[in-house]
Amino acid sequence: MIVCKSLKKSFGKVEAVKDVSMEVPDGTFLGLLGPNGAGKTTLIRMMTGLLIPDSGCVEFDGKAMDRNAMEVKRSIGVASQHINLDKELTVQENMEFTGRLYRMEKTEIRESSERLLDFLGLTSVKDRVVQKLSGGMKRKLMIARALIHDPQYLFLDEPTVGIDPKARRDIWEFLQAQHKKGKTILLTTHYIEEAQQLCNNVMLIDDGRIFREDSPEGLIAEIGAYKVEYYNADRMQTELFGDLASARERTAQLDCPCSVRPSTLEDVFFYYTSKEVGGWK
Amino acid sequence: MEIRTILWREWLYVKRRFWRVTFSQMVSPLLYFVTFGMGLGSMVKMEGQSYLHYLIPGLLAMTTMRNSYTSVSTRISVMRLHEKSFECYFYSPTRMYLLAIGHILAGALRGMYSGLFIIFLALISGAGLSWSGWLLAAVFLNTLIFAAIGFLAAMMMESHYDMNNFTNVVITPMSFLCGTFFSLENIPVFLKGLVWLMPLTHTTRLIRTLSFGGPVSWPAMGICVLFSAVLTACCIWKCYRE
Repeated sequence: MIVCKSLKKSFGKVEAVKDVSMEVPDGTFLGLLGPNGAGKTTLIRMMTGLLIPDSGCVEFDGKAMDRNAMEVKRSIGVASQHINLDKELTVQENMEFTGRLYRMEKTEIRESSERLLDFLGLTSVKDRVVQKLSGGMKRKLMIARALIHDPQYLFLDEPTVGIDPKARRDIWEFLQAQHKKGKTILLTTHYIEEAQQLCNNVMLIDDGRIFREDSPEGLIAEIGAYKVEYYNADRMQTELFGDLASARERTAQLDCPCSVRPSTLEDVFFYYTSKEVGGWK
Repeated sequence: MEIRTILWREWLYVKRRFWRVTFSQMVSPLLYFVTFGMGLGSMVKMEGQSYLHYLIPGLLAMTTMRNSYTSVSTRISVMRLHEKSFECYFYSPTRMYLLAIGHILAGALRGMYSGLFIIFLALISGAGLSWSGWLLAAVFLNTLIFAAIGFLAAMMMESHYDMNNFTNVVITPMSFLCGTFFSLENIPVFLKGLVWLMPLTHTTRLIRTLSFGGPVSWPAMGICVLFSAVLTACCIWKCYRE
């Protein structure tokens, strides 16, 4: 289980993370959603030991990251937001380099990388230099590399950004399989559909604070499970309803083209986004 | 384990660019050798010897210094600022002191490799130098010091421009002022104090004395060891701070 206690981090006068406490039970697939600059990446960087919090601490199975860094780091895998592969090395060499950093034996590295590269469809390019890979392949390699040492906790910071839908689906399938194996996965993403597909728990973060946490279904139920959309004076209007009957009743009252559909996590995202451009309610 | 991993990765990097790495490190010393050594060398005597003979140890010090510095500073700044691949060390269980030592050693070995070309130049020019284990140790200390400076600089800079400025303002003047091309007896008094603070002055003197078959200067050796130890400690400190 991951426990964060009163995490705070500032950069100069900007408070990026303000007193965040959270618990992530083992086996959770947690989505961390929020607008740009909400503090998601800073929070993940503190949890993975890349940033030292100004105050507070992070514990993995009761072991504090700051006092047991070596031990804790062996149990986590990280795929960063930016592609931070060694571009001069081949796919296989990148895997081997990471395996060596985790002090794995050569045979372990070979077996683990063969399995992961095969699963992600990278076996045919394993001898190719990373700078000659497509964006989707690089993203897949980032995930494969994060898993080479078979960590219990996997941190993915926008793992599918900038890749085509096919590659994204492949990655989703792979992550679902990893989750089924019992791994705890923490994902930040701007693709809300991704969070809805993959996560069994979602945290909404803005302005350095987590302000909502629930399952995707719970969050949707909170705002209203059905959405009525209609045009009024050439502008799209929306209304949310708790049940289908109420939503249908509303459409019957409207004398303009309208539709009813189930709400999505994206609607939750926009619901909490303020009408003004930028922040959240 | 970390040191071996870092050396392995740097070896892959060099292997893949072997000819580019080799030729690029030959250009500057070859130019200095031809223009100063062969061109001016026949007309000038320095500290009682032919200038070509005098120049070779200075070239050895300067070439190994520049290559160890450049190889580390370029790799680390690219990994840190451009590729961001340097952060892999921070989320893996890598011990920070071994991270610094590994990269400094890799840079030192690159510097030693560049020294082979100067040895070749010395052989073909007939500049009979006195090769010994102590000379190798002095050259290795030189490469360690400048690999550490390269590592530290790359860890402290916030952009490639800063890195370039540091090289232009600190490393390039040092490579010319520290007795690599001329005797320090003739430099102006106001520069002498500054020059004596620079590590290349001590390593060049040590390398030159040993190249000419002179005795080991223990104070100079001590200063070089001190420089490399302090700079390595600074690199380790910076890794922990990062």
